[in-house]
Amino acid sequence: MQLAAFRALVRKDLVLYFSNRRALVMSILAPIVIAAFFGAIFGSGMDKPTRIPIAFADRDASALSQAVAAAVKADAAFDVKEGDEAAAIALAREGKVRAAVVLPPGFGEQARRALVGAGDKPVVAVHYDPSQATAMTLVRGLLAQHVMKALGDSVGGSTLAAALPAGMTAARTSAFSLPFATEAVESTGRTDRPYNGYAHSFAGMGVQFILFMGIEVGVGVLLARRLGLWKRLRAAPLSRGLLLGSHIASGAITALVLLAIIYAAAIGIFHVRIDGSVAGFVGIAIAFALLTSSFGLLIAAIGKTPEATRGLAIFATLVMVMLGGAWVPSFVFPPWLQTASLVVPTRWAVDGLDAMTWRGLGFDAAIAPIAVLLAFSVLFAAIAVWRFDWEEPRA
Amino acid sequence: MLEARGLFKSYGDRAVVADLSLDVGAGEIVGLLGPNGAGKSTTVAMLCGLVGADRGEVFIGRGASRLALDEDAHAAKRRIGVVPQELSIYENLGAAANLELFGALYGLSGALLRQRVDAALALVGLADRARDKPQSFSGGMKRRLNIAAALVHDPDVLIFDEPTVGVDPQSRNAIFDNLETLRDRGKALLYTTHYMEEAERLCDRVVIMDHGRVVASDTLASLYKRLPAVETLELEVEGAVDLAALGAATGVTRPTQDGTRLHVGVVELGRSAPALLTWLAAHGHGVHRISSGRADLEDVFLSLTGRQLRD
Repeated sequence: MQLAAFRALVRKDLVLYFSNRRALVMSILAPIVIAAFFGAIFGSGMDKPTRIPIAFADRDASALSQAVAAAVKADAAFDVKEGDEAAAIALAREGKVRAAVVLPPGFGEQARRALVGAGDKPVVAVHYDPSQATAMTLVRGLLAQHVMKALGDSVGGSTLAAALPAGMTAARTSAFSLPFATEAVESTGRTDRPYNGYAHSFAGMGVQFILFMGIEVGVGVLLARRLGLWKRLRAAPLSRGLLLGSHIASGAITALVLLAIIYAAAIGIFHVRIDGSVAGFVGIAIAFALLTSSFGLLIAAIGKTPEATRGLAIFATLVMVMLGGAWVPSFVFPPWLQTASLVVPTRWAVDGLDAMTWRGLGFDAAIAPIAVLLAFSVLFAAIAVWRFDWEEPRA
Repeated sequence: MLEARGLFKSYGDRAVVADLSLDVGAGEIVGLLGPNGAGKSTTVAMLCGLVGADRGEVFIGRGASRLALDEDAHAAKRRIGVVPQELSIYENLGAAANLELFGALYGLSGALLRQRVDAALALVGLADRARDKPQSFSGGMKRRLNIAAALVHDPDVLIFDEPTVGVDPQSRNAIFDNLETLRDRGKALLYTTHYMEEAERLCDRVVIMDHGRVVASDTLASLYKRLPAVETLELEVEGAVDLAALGAATGVTRPTQDGTRLHVGVVELGRSAPALLTWLAAHGHGVHRISSGRADLEDVFLSLTGRQLRD
């Protein structure tokens, strides 16, 4: 009898769980999608290696520097954008490349001499994106490889020994070091302040958890339907626009207040600074707040039950946040994913907040994120209004 | 005060409400009854403006102030108060704050709003709990607050959708007192319920729906007259009674037997009872107990809508 009861209880739990198709899909789909995401990022062996976008400025224009430039450009590890020094540095500062390599005037001559210990080493400035500093090591290593190879080629031999001046002993060759030095320069808004890693973390986590709040806005509407509150609200002399608009407004205000508190903590405790345009930061914050509330309304429009909707919405949010670069820097994404993630609003929110804080960019850099976030807000709101089920009950 | 004419609503091929007309006058409580799936909820939703009718019209008010719901929805809705079946209140807002919110939705503000909130809370006996949150209320108190939320804008028409579900007899009586007070103040009340005794106590008239149509609309007294039997007899008898023969011989109506219990309807108690007892004795059915009663609204309801289960 005990066994029969035990079996019945176990069967009941299994039937209840497996008959809840939404929960089942979530339990299966979520790990598959997230595992696929990380697998794609950290290499499945099926894709070509990710090319690191860098900028390259050759201020020397010597035969050696041009050879180095050509070698770097030909390197499959790099996606090189050539230009002058200012443009290269701007690209790094805007986060469009991981690093900007600047070969100084006289690089070729100085490097050749430095190779044999005569004269100072030329200093190659590498302006790097400090939020993605792991790329710096790779840039330095590959740069050294290409400079050494170009030097070897330029002295007409395949080995460095051929470049040795007459009379130099073998013993002295053991003291060889790289014929150039690198100066790592953080590409941030302020040269007098080091990069603050909290700035990017707060952008990412702020976006993630405020979107979670947006989910609650949507689930709140579904709960109001279930509790009959929605019926009471709709029985009042209020237009549909006013009813939905009030939800968008309250959701946006809540999101804005939360973002303000989160950044107040970031600034007060973790010394994050808005080194760029304050107006741009506020603009992005407002646009993201509107996005959050319209996302909540979209959830309310397409959701069925509060429980199932909350699960699916959290999943969707996590995917958006992953693709937005809040968990891992987007430069480690495969190229196709880097492109694809541009259609994810969270990417624009995180990048926009980064631009206005530690990157120190001006208002013009905020215009595109604001426009994209507002466009997504309008899209979400339009779908929500279109899909919203006004007529209840259907009995 | 509330008038519906020829309301029709279908979902797909299924007509949920078909050609429904009803009216509720000022100072009157009209009960809207019907089995599950009869179309009551859709009717209420159309009367409140929650669902648009495919055909037909709803009017609020009389004479020069009469408004068509589909033509001037906002003005008409201002004169309607809705008490949903669900507890449609914000649990985390205080009782007065709830009413202030719902009053504001109807354009009230300032001193008038506060005055109306106080009056509504006083009517439902929650004046001393104005600041408390409903999450600390009993079920009955929540129900009363649910009603107060529909009163705060002082509507002419009140629509109650099963407002006493799950409340104890004390709270139910308190709610009945509230409704009767509102009727005495000249409000028009439409009251849907599954509890026949509630309709019998409260309603001046009753509208019974089935399959989306009105099958009866009258005063209780007139509805009772439609029954084939106004009185009922219940007897404890021995043996299985031949119900067809009993009916044919004695003139009793709707005889049913459940074990030893025999239930019959009679038109005239004084004439039918002796004939019934004589017939039972003649056919060998000993009678151990007999009781009489009047037909009630449930009998009317079942006679009009049948005994078949509705899901």
